[in-house]
Amino acid sequence: MSLNDGRSAVPVVKLTDITQVYGTGDAAVHALRGISLDVAQGDYVAIMGPSGSGKSTLMNVLGCLDVASSGSYRLAGNDVKILEENQLARIRNRQIGFVFQSFNLVPRMSALANVELPLVYGRVGRAERRERALEALDSVGLSSRANHQPQELSGGQQQRVAIARALVTSPTLLLADEPTGNLDSASTDEILDMFNHLALQGRTIIVITHEPHVAEQSHRIITLSDGLIVADRTLQHSESVGVRS
Amino acid sequence: MILSALRGITANKLRSVLTLLGVMIGVASVILLLAVGNGSAQTVNSAISQLGTNTLTVRPSGGGGATGTVGAKKITTTVGEQIQAAKLGHVREVIPQVAGSLTVASTTASETSISVIGTTPAYFTVGTNSIATGSAFTAADVTNSTKDAVIGTTLAGELFPSGSALGQQVTVGGTPLTIVGILAQQGSVGFTDPNSVIIAPISRIQASFTGYGAVSSLTVEAKNADAVAAAQGEVEVILNQLLGITDTANEPYTIINQGSLLQTAATSAASFTVLLGAVAAISLLVGGIGVTNVMLVSVTERTREIGIRKALGATRGAILGQFLVEAATLTLLGGVLGVITALIGAQLPFNGTQPVVLSYSIPLALGVSVGIGVFFGVYPAARAAAMRPIQALRAI
Repeated sequence: MSLNDGRSAVPVVKLTDITQVYGTGDAAVHALRGISLDVAQGDYVAIMGPSGSGKSTLMNVLGCLDVASSGSYRLAGNDVKILEENQLARIRNRQIGFVFQSFNLVPRMSALANVELPLVYGRVGRAERRERALEALDSVGLSSRANHQPQELSGGQQQRVAIARALVTSPTLLLADEPTGNLDSASTDEILDMFNHLALQGRTIIVITHEPHVAEQSHRIITLSDGLIVADRTLQHSESVGVRS
Repeated sequence: MILSALRGITANKLRSVLTLLGVMIGVASVILLLAVGNGSAQTVNSAISQLGTNTLTVRPSGGGGATGTVGAKKITTTVGEQIQAAKLGHVREVIPQVAGSLTVASTTASETSISVIGTTPAYFTVGTNSIATGSAFTAADVTNSTKDAVIGTTLAGELFPSGSALGQQVTVGGTPLTIVGILAQQGSVGFTDPNSVIIAPISRIQASFTGYGAVSSLTVEAKNADAVAAAQGEVEVILNQLLGITDTANEPYTIINQGSLLQTAATSAASFTVLLGAVAAISLLVGGIGVTNVMLVSVTERTREIGIRKALGATRGAILGQFLVEAATLTLLGGVLGVITALIGAQLPFNGTQPVVLSYSIPLALGVSVGIGVFFGVYPAARAAAMRPIQALRAI
């Protein structure tokens, strides 16, 4: 984040006319038809839309999991398109924290080891890794479960481990794909509280969801339909923290 | 890296154990079967070197009735000297031997039916008949029929249990002889102990016991191992000439070339080893294919995990490395267990021969097994590593 302190004018995410086409000829599927979008530092954005609207495709592009067919994507000012595979892996490692619908913890690895994983790939030393992972687990209130394996944790707990894993590298952007899709309402509230709290701390968060009550927690709702942005609405919360940040 | 590889291996214990077993059996059978083949080849080879690979034995056969009788002519020491004097192109030495079975006694002990051999000093230069301590008798001793003798180690120990036999007196069938040398220890080839023997100048044995008639055998030493066959032909011609034999189809002697018989046995033992090795190599290959199968299944099963890891920033190399270390650990573990099994198994005699582990077979079998594991592990691992993270994440 120190990267952006000096130049807060640079948006964390700047998409210009992004398209994504799968297949060719008659079989071509135009998943994204020209998306332009700026997300500023500290923004908490929800991306909504029915299935097939291109939400997941957009999430993959934003997360550098996939490269767009055309258009430019600047992540914290750096053009992602010109980067090669290993550099993209580094961007994912350093700049992006993922939270998935199905948690996506590595099975048969303790919660602590799962949280340490991005630091392993970031070549952080063993002792520092342990310390930072424990800190991240503590911040989601799960330090007592550090040595449990994912299958021994409840859905809500697994998602909290995933959030700890996403945050442990202090990424520029936290990307969540239907983070509450597999959770009961109590766990959903828990996770949404956590996001609110993170937004309060000035984290940049993008949540992809089709659930209106999840989207309403954010500060800005972008609605997609057929690969295009059809609405971009800024929310005014009564006791909004977004105003303060 | 190793820890995460171990985690991958223990994730499906039964499958890993079965793979391990496959590699283990493959490696163990390669080492063990080669050891068995090598052991039998070595048995044959030691028998060959015992006899001396460049010698022929001429023995009178019962052609005319009485041993060594050919009309009036016998194979005597004189005949031996004449062959020697003929300076045949492929013959180095002709060593006559007379043999008997006599009672040998020291002042304290006595042994019956001891093989007593009379010969010339050249006897000690052939095969493994070398002197360990003391010295052989000389050509002059043969000329003068001196009472010097060389003794085998077993007999020396029996007659002189408390001290060295060297310089001691023994009585052979009533004739006192002085021990001047002790033979080197020899391996046993047959039922008789080659170390229970007493050897004296041929003239002395003839004078005291056998008389000056036919010898028991002539040992013909060829100039080298390759010249044995040629030497055999030369000796045959000159013998027929000296003994006045015209009926060459019915010679009253036989020439035994045991070296060539054993050479054949050694060749067949070597091809036996190759055959065993080939069979074992097939089982090793099957073990390797087992590893490949496990790696393929493991990669497919863990595609999603690969996707997660890539999303978290794992590079292609990191994924490839993880699976390769896993395959290598699995095969190395199986290989080491296989080597241990083979080394234990090689302690047991197999079909009468003691297996001798070939030193090169251990790194060979280990290397091949790890090589197969890594080589066949590369393909699925590379495929996994090359997947785009979203493809991998979409996998169920």
